Amino acid sequence: MMAVVKPPMPTVHADQRSVEAATGTPKIDVQSLNFYYGAKRALEDISLHIYPNVVTAFIGPSGCGKSTFIRTLNRMNDVIPGTRVDGKVLIEARDIYAPGVDVVQLRRRVGMVFQKSNPFPKSIFENVAYGLRINRMARSRSELSGRVEESLKQAALWGEVKERLHESALALSGGQQQRLCIARALAIEPDILLMDEPASALDPIATQRIEELVYNLKRHYTVVIVTHNMQQAARVSDFTAFFWLGRLVEYDRTDKIFTAPTEKLTEDYITGRFG
Amino acid sequence: MTYGMRRRIVSAMFVGACALSVLIALVPLAMILFFVVREGIQSLNVALFTQMPRPVGETGGGMLNAFVGTLILTALGASAAVPIGIVSGIFMSEYKGSRFAVAVRFAADTLNGVPSIVVGIFAYGIAVLPFRQFSALAGGVALGIMMIPIVARTTEELLLLVPGALREGALALGATRARAVFTVIVPAALPGIVTGILLALARIAGETAPLLFTSFNNQFFSTNLRQPISSATVQIYTYATSPYVDQHRQAWAAALVLVAFVFVCSLAARFVTARVQRLRG
Repeated sequence: MMAVVKPPMPTVHADQRSVEAATGTPKIDVQSLNFYYGAKRALEDISLHIYPNVVTAFIGPSGCGKSTFIRTLNRMNDVIPGTRVDGKVLIEARDIYAPGVDVVQLRRRVGMVFQKSNPFPKSIFENVAYGLRINRMARSRSELSGRVEESLKQAALWGEVKERLHESALALSGGQQQRLCIARALAIEPDILLMDEPASALDPIATQRIEELVYNLKRHYTVVIVTHNMQQAARVSDFTAFFWLGRLVEYDRTDKIFTAPTEKLTEDYITGRFG
Repeated sequence: MTYGMRRRIVSAMFVGACALSVLIALVPLAMILFFVVREGIQSLNVALFTQMPRPVGETGGGMLNAFVGTLILTALGASAAVPIGIVSGIFMSEYKGSRFAVAVRFAADTLNGVPSIVVGIFAYGIAVLPFRQFSALAGGVALGIMMIPIVARTTEELLLLVPGALREGALALGATRARAVFTVIVPAALPGIVTGILLALARIAGETAPLLFTSFNNQFFSTNLRQPISSATVQIYTYATSPYVDQHRQAWAAALVLVAFVFVCSLAARFVTARVQRLRG
């Protein structure tokens, strides 16, 4: 699979200007980001802009660094011992790796949904209420219930669970659990929602519901989604970044990536020649 | 003989050997239960729980003071050991790679293996000698020392079983590390921790040696923590080594009560575990 000869890498992604013209100021501005697990460099000199109220997809073969990269955007890699970052990640022009940044505040603004759904072993209601409680976002019980309901509606789960809010979240199906995790992330009203292969463990119908949801979420949120499924990237995203061996090979509008990629490597990947 | 036949015979032999080993292992338990129930049930009556011991030579009476004493001593031990044990367990699981955590784990395992009579002598040294007084408190100290490593290690092991994804989920919602531990990780492991505490309680309630030089014994009814206090186990020991038949009889009955307590604790522990597994679907 990986028998492809490593071609020369472009240092700057293509067509940056047409991207900027279409979408204005970037929400996230990544500048020469390198990431290390111990001595091993997992991300090499990544620079890209992520725009507000669009869906940005990261694609690439397993081990290409796309998950590592998305986790640098809310500093989720901080919990892994022996990792190191250099370079900058500016969110609304503030570097999240600058000294003195409050990681808790950062993660409140940059929500995350994981590959494997991870509901807490609590009731459905308490799962969604968790972030609201720890961030003291509801002043009364009725406000709390209102926000829980609102979040479950946004995650297209309300109809299925409204009769059993106080039952265990672990009794839900896999797809419902993942939408619950999305509702939980949305409850604390983040600006940005990171999704790390949110549908990879789900059946096609559950996947379709998540995809519809992602498509609708961009009206209110900046959505970044990692996927190994190229059709999924083509269906839900406005911009696509292709990663390979820890590098960003190409980043452009999704329609351009999938119809007229600039790089030979991107073309080989999306046409299924490797990966 | 074909290879297939030979294989079946060898298999049957090993299955037979396994079954036999299990039987041999269960024989002591079955015999303990048999004798304790047979001897104890005859003397088991309401008076055992409601009346005080009669003077030597008289028949009848009960062990009210001893059972109350055991409850007090167990509660004293647990009230110190449960919080200390749980917090140590959290420390060991949260800082599992650190040298200090490794040292604490080793210390807990060593403490767990210290003979209970030695724990009793230690408690005598720190809680009896300085006050020149046997006391319920000293007994509680001894039982607490026995219980801490059990609770700490159970807590640690159960916390380590909680999936890392739950921690990440909590952190991603803006929880601090401490918040994630106390609102998500510990609650997720709590049923198992409760089970461990119940089993530890059953264990210390049946200890005699740590109490011999600490809470000593008391032939009167006492709830004074600064005074010596009676306990079911020390009373059984005293009665069993006495020459009076009626005291032997009561010792058997008290032994039956202790065994029943252990049994109830184990059942409760199983019930908690089963209930949680059902909830988790």
